[in-house]
Amino acid sequence: MPTLAQKLVARAAGRSSVTSGEIVTCKVDLAMFHDSSGPRRLQPMLERLGAKVWDPERIVLVTDHYLPAADDESREILRVTRDWARQVGVRRFHDGVGICHIVLAENGYLRPGMFAVGGDSHSPTGGAFGAYMFGIGATEMLGVVVTGEIWLRVPDTILMQWNGRFHDGVSAKDVMLFLCARFGLDGGRYQAVEYAGDAIRALPMQERMTLANMTAELGGQAGLIAPDETTVAYLKALGIKEGDPTTWRTDDGAEVLERHEFDAGALEPQVAAPYTPANARPAAEYRGTKLDIAYVGACTGAKLEDLRMAARVLKGRRSAVELLVAPASLRDQEQARAEGTLGALEAAGAQLLANACGVCAGYGSRFAPGSKVISTTARNFKGRMGDPSVEAYLASPYTVAASAVAGHIVDPREYLQ
Amino acid sequence: MSGRAWVLGDNVDTDALAPGKYMKFGIEEIAKHCLEAVNPGFAARVRPGDVVVGGRNFGAGSSREQAPQALKHLGVAALVAESFAGLFYRNALNLGLPALACRDAKRIRAGDRLRVHPEAGRIENETTGETLACEPIPPHLMQMVRDGGLLPHLEKRLGKHHDTE
Repeated sequence: MPTLAQKLVARAAGRSSVTSGEIVTCKVDLAMFHDSSGPRRLQPMLERLGAKVWDPERIVLVTDHYLPAADDESREILRVTRDWARQVGVRRFHDGVGICHIVLAENGYLRPGMFAVGGDSHSPTGGAFGAYMFGIGATEMLGVVVTGEIWLRVPDTILMQWNGRFHDGVSAKDVMLFLCARFGLDGGRYQAVEYAGDAIRALPMQERMTLANMTAELGGQAGLIAPDETTVAYLKALGIKEGDPTTWRTDDGAEVLERHEFDAGALEPQVAAPYTPANARPAAEYRGTKLDIAYVGACTGAKLEDLRMAARVLKGRRSAVELLVAPASLRDQEQARAEGTLGALEAAGAQLLANACGVCAGYGSRFAPGSKVISTTARNFKGRMGDPSVEAYLASPYTVAASAVAGHIVDPREYLQ
Repeated sequence: MSGRAWVLGDNVDTDALAPGKYMKFGIEEIAKHCLEAVNPGFAARVRPGDVVVGGRNFGAGSSREQAPQALKHLGVAALVAESFAGLFYRNALNLGLPALACRDAKRIRAGDRLRVHPEAGRIENETTGETLACEPIPPHLMQMVRDGGLLPHLEKRLGKHHDTE
């Protein structure tokens, strides 16, 4: 009775079955990296080894961390990235069109059953498609790029079962902040965290991506959601025919390391206070905390679904604070514009920023010292998004939008329209 | 290896170890700012051979390997923590920086003189006379750590491969 994680790893290891805890070598179906973790670090190492890339067709390269280029160092990093893509012949090179995890999904590169690695800690996002995907550093990526393989300790599974349905105004981000507070930043124990139950099944793909994405903050290696008709429909809309994916599931009676059950209807909107996502509590408990900036951005919090949540609150209202919106991809931004979502945000006073990691990475643009920020991003560690004096509160797009209108932290449910 | 202990808390994150603001630069510049948001002065005062001791989940956060690389660049000889973030742990070993999970890491005090035995999975606290057991580095990774990390390890492996061709 294998788990979904065991099935995925067994396939990649070329085995009929695997046991949690054993060390296996897996063949990599897809390796993704970006301008920061990619060519600028890989190329010198490849030269030192005199080695070639194992398969340019299995590489996806995205620019997102150093855009828009603010200085000469950033421009040089981007130049190295573009030159490398050309030299190596990476056809799946996406330059300036969005954040890597979103670009992967919207191009249909992620499919049920795959085994993939990413040069970014939010790579578990791919698990929303029933693929085993995890983040690795640049040197380990060098190993993948040269050999096409990577070692893995076969993970145990921690099952997070959400029964019932979420209240209107409660989103995947609230689930993850709640779990970070409940289990800590190492709650995932670097194992596979699987999200299941009726409430999860009811979520659209981009909300599932938010769950899988923030498995990084929960300390899991991978965050998995068994593929179903929602997954198939998402891929179909991209012109990809996927057969019945339901063999990619945790079998009844499979042994898991931990199983936790939650009543989805009892979950309230969450806010995580500085300086850790594990500082989450119901938004109402932070009510009244004054803000300077509201930020809707990042792979975690600025996908089309996220923009829609923010727009639902902001439509016909004005933000009382500086409101910054950095849509996670150009495609999502265009769709948001076509359907009026972006217009609602702009009418509320939103300043539109590039389709890139932006302030979330803190590599280029950063918040002014002393700013109090509410943000849809994933991390609020001291000094991440600006000077150590910046105080960042993490929340869902609903909560960020409602707090922007109020000028201080509020529970968004009183602002839904 | 033997060095002075620097004792840090739980969940030391990669943004603290390798601040985003300096990520566009080389490791020399990043290392100067290692831990400045949480432990100002660390980079200036740490000495080659010193050992960094953390609590739970050391290295939480990003995949940026400049986090362990900055410590290595500053001459840190080994990391000891109650537990490590999995991604950081892989990165540290891939860069040839020994990382030892030790349940009793909290018994170590700042400035204690530690002798670390990565292969045996043992720490001798020369200041207190205590010996602390740690999880040894997994056998399938020990050769890589001995070679100085994944890059020299691959260099050796691919070099050998070429010789036999």
